[in-house]
Amino acid sequence: MAQTLYQKIYASHVVGKLNASTDLLFVDRHLIHEVTSPQAFSGLKLANRSVRRPDLTFATMDHNVSTQRRSLDAAGETSRKQLEALAANCAENRIPLLDLTHPDQGIVHVIGPEQGLTQPGMIIVCGDSHTSTHGAFGALAFGIGTSEVEHVLATQTLPQQQAKTLKVEINGKLSAHVTPKDVILAVIGKLGTAGGNGYVAEFSGSAIRAMSMEGRMTLCNMSIEMGAKAGLIAPDHITFDYIKGKAHAPKAEHWDAAVAYWQSLYSDADAVFDQIVEIDAAAITPQITWGTNPEQVMAVDQSVPAPESFSDATKRDAAERALAYMGLEPGQKLTDCKVDVVFIGSCTNSRIEDLRAAASMVQGKKVAAGVRALVVPGSGVVKRQAEDEGLAGIFTAAGFEWREPGCSMCLGMNDDRVEAGQRCASTSNRNFEGRQGRGARTHLVSPAMAAAAAIAGKFVNIAAKPQGEQA
Amino acid sequence: MSKIFAQGLVCPLDKNNVDTDQIIPKQFLTSVSRDGFAQAMFYDWRYLADGSPNPEFVVNKPEYKGASILLTRANFGCGSSREHAPWAIKQYGFNVIIAESFADIFFNNSVNNAMLLIQLSKTNIDLLFNRCQQGPQQWQIDLASQEIMFGNNAAMGFNIDADIKQRLLSGLDFIGSSEQLNPQIADYEQSRKASQPWLG
Repeated sequence: MAQTLYQKIYASHVVGKLNASTDLLFVDRHLIHEVTSPQAFSGLKLANRSVRRPDLTFATMDHNVSTQRRSLDAAGETSRKQLEALAANCAENRIPLLDLTHPDQGIVHVIGPEQGLTQPGMIIVCGDSHTSTHGAFGALAFGIGTSEVEHVLATQTLPQQQAKTLKVEINGKLSAHVTPKDVILAVIGKLGTAGGNGYVAEFSGSAIRAMSMEGRMTLCNMSIEMGAKAGLIAPDHITFDYIKGKAHAPKAEHWDAAVAYWQSLYSDADAVFDQIVEIDAAAITPQITWGTNPEQVMAVDQSVPAPESFSDATKRDAAERALAYMGLEPGQKLTDCKVDVVFIGSCTNSRIEDLRAAASMVQGKKVAAGVRALVVPGSGVVKRQAEDEGLAGIFTAAGFEWREPGCSMCLGMNDDRVEAGQRCASTSNRNFEGRQGRGARTHLVSPAMAAAAAIAGKFVNIAAKPQGEQA
Repeated sequence: MSKIFAQGLVCPLDKNNVDTDQIIPKQFLTSVSRDGFAQAMFYDWRYLADGSPNPEFVVNKPEYKGASILLTRANFGCGSSREHAPWAIKQYGFNVIIAESFADIFFNNSVNNAMLLIQLSKTNIDLLFNRCQQGPQQWQIDLASQEIMFGNNAAMGFNIDADIKQRLLSGLDFIGSSEQLNPQIADYEQSRKASQPWLG
């Protein structure tokens, strides 16, 4: 019977049936970090259980590390305790850990692929909703809670039920200055924050095939923002080329067999999806969120919508609340809107390609007076590469702060926060109320849009003029 | 058979898309404990900037003190996978949440904490909010018969996944039930190693 990519991966991981509708699935890779794992380790100990497969478990410190200096206590006392707990739990259970002293330390969803831990056909879980990122490699990857982290530590499996399947087919060529971030924001705008609930979303089409792995990761990263359980992209030669030679990639003697298997990972031509959405890549323009959830998004040259323009009462009400929180008026242009803070980073947009796109807007210019601008690379590997390519120098010469890797201002668990009432152009993934700090006003944009906003001191339609000529 | 899963006062939180950052803000996530999150629930809505309770927020209203059933709208619990969100809600005293829909990860996390999440159509959710407008409500939730009972023989049915119902009724050990399949897990590991040796 014809199968979707999701159904193929699901079927190949069934260990056994728990009951009529629930299967026990094997987990190939379990990524852990300091915030969602300590209670799982305590629970394990309390029940006298041990970690079944420390060799398939991998840890990093990312959520509440300081990005100013590499010290466990740099982000405060409670953060230090949590980071120390992770180090102790990893040591006790022989789990490899990229701690703050490791040159490759970084955001879990940046380092997994970089280290070659993320491979096609795997099931990958992590106590973090943006685990969907790894779906870019054709792996079934999703976020789990701490009880489930404990379950995976104990058994290397997870009970699951089959999800519905959604195909998002994006054909055509993206215009200049339109990035995968704009694509996923446009998709979420179309489907809504709950549009993917209960589904695994597979992205396909010529626009996807043309994307780099970095771009595909940005796309899958935010599939959780439409509520999808996971995002998926069938692997191809771009995927294989990315993985080859990475530290944990299949070794030379297994490489051909691995690639042969990976090449079988696609949705059969006659596979049936529960829902199909088609999107024209050429019609997508640079996007910006105006509200307090990612579906409240528009093209940067549009005006802030009036709540009355929504026919659905729920959306009308949400728009009204969002505009009040964001300090915006209907009809306002965000290109007239001053920004206070610019954050370039997060598991969505902190990879080398993101930093290149941002730097291209910055070269030879200065950050506008009164704007605080941060670049937080996703990992030590990204940071070194950006320094080698001269990107770090471009940013610092322009007046950006160049930081150490971590999750940083995406969620402000460390000391990188946006103050109440401040407006932030952010390359992260959530514009929820208070996400970047109590009262903070977040506008989600691509790295190039964020960088342009830092220079102009307000939002800019980067597609309106040739690169490098915006005010 | 009747099995009352919960009974008590209903608190109506009339909002859509309540995300996990609202349910529990990041500053409470640095704890290494499973306990102590009750005060953090809905922190930015519940407390004013000076730390005093916000009298306008529904949870703080005297008539909803001691509520154990939370009534809300669509896509409740969207956003992060933080299990701190259901921990905070349960530790505050809610063990039932009724909504039009829930985000997937939040739903699983809540079930893993023995909470009952009831999903109803928008029409039925509207009916329940209408009831709440008539004054504070005391409801009983019968899980066996899958009914919300309003008193005076009035009730509304709900659907629930059979496996989840069974788990909630019997209090099955989440990890323990999977460990019953330990031999199959070992078999799977062996065949995986043979067919895909690069996976380790």
